[in-house]
Amino acid sequence: MDHPIKRDHSRFRKIVKGKVRDNLRKYVSQGQQIIPKGTDKFTVPMPSIDIPRFKFGDKSEGGTGQGEGQEGDPVKGKPGDGEPGEGEAGEGEGSKELEVEMDVEELAKILGDELELPNIEPKGKSQIASTTDKYTSIGTVGPDSLRHLKRTYKQALKRQMSMGVYDPMNPKVVPIRHDYRYRAANTKVEMENSAVVIYMMDVSGSMGEEQKEIVRTESFWINLWLKSQYKEIDIRYIIHDATAKEVDEDTFFRTRESGGTLISSALKLCKHIIETDYDPNEWNIYPFHFSDGDNWSADDTKLCLSLLDDYLLPNSNMFCYGQVESRYGSGQFYKDLANKYGTESDDVILSKIKNKEAILDSIKEFLGKGK
Amino acid sequence: MLRTKVISGKLLELQKEIQGYADEYGLDYFPQVFEVCDYDTINILAAQGGFPIRYPHWKFGMDYDQLSKGYRFGIQKIYEMVINTDPCYAYLLEVNNWLDQKLVMAHVYGHNDFFKNNMWFSNTNRKMMDVMANNGTKMRRYMEKYGQDRVEIFIDKVLSIENLLDVNHLFETNEVIQSRQQKDSQAKKEASNDGYYVDDRSKALKSFMNAQKREKSADEVVSEVPENFTFSAEENMAKGEKDIMRFLIEHAPLEEWEADIIGCLREEAYYFLPQRMTKIMNEGWASYWHSTILTQRALGPNEFIDFADIHAGVMQMSKENINPYKVGIELMRDIEFRWNTGRFGKEYNECTNMEEKENWNKNLGLGRAKIFEVRKSHNDITFLEEFLTPEFCNRMQIFTYKFNPRSNRMEIDKRDFDAIKTKLLTQLTNFGSPVIEVEDSNFKNRKELLLRHVHGGVDLDMQFATATMQNLYALWKRPVNLKTSYEDKEVIFNFDGKEFSQLT
Repeated sequence: MDHPIKRDHSRFRKIVKGKVRDNLRKYVSQGQQIIPKGTDKFTVPMPSIDIPRFKFGDKSEGGTGQGEGQEGDPVKGKPGDGEPGEGEAGEGEGSKELEVEMDVEELAKILGDELELPNIEPKGKSQIASTTDKYTSIGTVGPDSLRHLKRTYKQALKRQMSMGVYDPMNPKVVPIRHDYRYRAANTKVEMENSAVVIYMMDVSGSMGEEQKEIVRTESFWINLWLKSQYKEIDIRYIIHDATAKEVDEDTFFRTRESGGTLISSALKLCKHIIETDYDPNEWNIYPFHFSDGDNWSADDTKLCLSLLDDYLLPNSNMFCYGQVESRYGSGQFYKDLANKYGTESDDVILSKIKNKEAILDSIKEFLGKGK
Repeated sequence: MLRTKVISGKLLELQKEIQGYADEYGLDYFPQVFEVCDYDTINILAAQGGFPIRYPHWKFGMDYDQLSKGYRFGIQKIYEMVINTDPCYAYLLEVNNWLDQKLVMAHVYGHNDFFKNNMWFSNTNRKMMDVMANNGTKMRRYMEKYGQDRVEIFIDKVLSIENLLDVNHLFETNEVIQSRQQKDSQAKKEASNDGYYVDDRSKALKSFMNAQKREKSADEVVSEVPENFTFSAEENMAKGEKDIMRFLIEHAPLEEWEADIIGCLREEAYYFLPQRMTKIMNEGWASYWHSTILTQRALGPNEFIDFADIHAGVMQMSKENINPYKVGIELMRDIEFRWNTGRFGKEYNECTNMEEKENWNKNLGLGRAKIFEVRKSHNDITFLEEFLTPEFCNRMQIFTYKFNPRSNRMEIDKRDFDAIKTKLLTQLTNFGSPVIEVEDSNFKNRKELLLRHVHGGVDLDMQFATATMQNLYALWKRPVNLKTSYEDKEVIFNFDGKEFSQLT
């Protein structure tokens, strides 16, 4: 049996999850708070899970320390470090900030529960089923090495009591062959399936830092959800202005170009990537496109629509277009897409993201279809 | 499930050896039991305050989570846990190397001696292991009966006021209470006899006095309303009470199980209180002894460098806090040195010849005896108050720091002795917690609770204070008010169950 503290620990984890759930909107709208750690773990900062007490305020309190240094030297860092007005020292002073680790499943489950996201049904092509055994149930036969002592004795006690041979004054419980219980395996069939997410973003002059931050946050949560739904997931990034190129994640969020916007260039590159690397019969494909809605010309928009119709829509699970509101964007592309496909289409999902607070709703719009 | 096992074989021999040295130096300790365990177990024990069985609560899980991570990432490692019980239990990490174990054992004998002899510990329950286990059982039963969530949430609320204790209650044992009640009833008897002892006077005198009294009362016919009469339903029950948990048990509308839980938690809080009041002394004393025993007796010739390494790690100074181990051991040694050489008292203090003062040595040899005496009667506050000297602060490179709003950082403030001493003592006052007392339990004549924060120059953290008031409201079930001074203004904060407001 586990030590009782493991139960305390799981209570603690439960409370933590509850907190994350309660504050999900805040975590989502403030973007950077949840830090990925390795591939499938995240650190979630949690400032106030500690039991509140009357205590002294940090800043007015100050303190005593030991060591070298002149009056006016910062307590943290080397003497003379940092100009006045810059130093970050003193932040977090004495505060016990809690960092909680969560894995993809836990965090995604919270997101899923909160937004009531349906599980995705992967496209039913070419799935490889694999089985794993988990020893979660109890059986009456098995090898001795898997014998479950507690359950065996419980069974023996039950039997003795029902037979009336149990004597509380002389509490001897002797299992017989019939009482033996064994840990037994449950076989779970897991589907091997894989998905690719292709993010496309307009990096022309009209997309500012704030707009990119919104895209970054949104993509973080979308990735999280898709990661929890698929065994394998690839993520590709395309930036475009009048021309498009494939970049890594870091460049994706940093690049800022000036110049015009030809959305078709991104869609063409997206098509190219799918054609070369991802067989639509084996992959679940999610193209996401974010822009502020400006496109160079109506002709290009026409080209985009035909690209969608001819290749992207038939070959992907759904096409998502997120329009981030910006001061310069006209929002025309959203209107064009909405005219053609309607706002309720299952294949083309449209979402307007006004500001950071709207991210969560937008995620729901994108992922709420279960495709 | 046995997670710890009593030491045997070579470790047991080592214990005998160390215990021999402890005896030789005159340490006076409870019977000492060492057990070894793996790091997971020691993390569990540390999360539970050293005790193998506690009540179920998520905060133990939280601490365990933190400790396990600290160990996994190599940030921290617990060498040893020792708890104040008779016999005294200490846990050793089984992966410690031989020298670690030596050092830890010597260190533990220091703690053990301190637990047994320091007067602030004199009334702690040495069978606390059983008490903790019983409290755990009780709370588990309440959880079965009233639901785990309900009980755990209640415990959360109570833990919120766990630090509002009255240090004086450490000496409030049953015998003390009894003898005071006896005195009280004695005093009452005296009062009814006009302030004289019943037995000391002759019968004649007494009858004379009683006669006079009767005449007197016959004269006063009119019965007056007592001077201090108020129309409040109850008198102010507990003005000045600092033991908020006891106050709630006695006066808050609690169910029986709730009062019982507060009682359990209060008992545990008072058990840990002396350790919070003697952190510097306790660690200093134990470090003094591990250092003395190891360097003078127990170390082999090949172990000195490693010992110096470990010891230096423990003594490392930090700019953000004083290290209780370092300050404790050095102050103990300083006292020993001063009493050995006679550097104390009127003659020494008034000596103005610097050279003479510098080389002062009366060869008194009183040092060891003095520090034994100090460990018996002091706590951290009186320890520093009495023995901290400017030379010592200088040597320890102690400084005060404060927040500079212009540069938005903590900066070194002063190296001035008075400033350091004041700051240190302020930090230690009331074991580092704000002093909160009951001002009025029938505030506004509406059964509201008014608490007063006795402001010692440092404001409360209002975010925590408001959350604490919410928890207090849940226990008191009527609005809770807090009188404090915030940013140099006298204010009363009010929480009426729904929202906060500021009364003045």
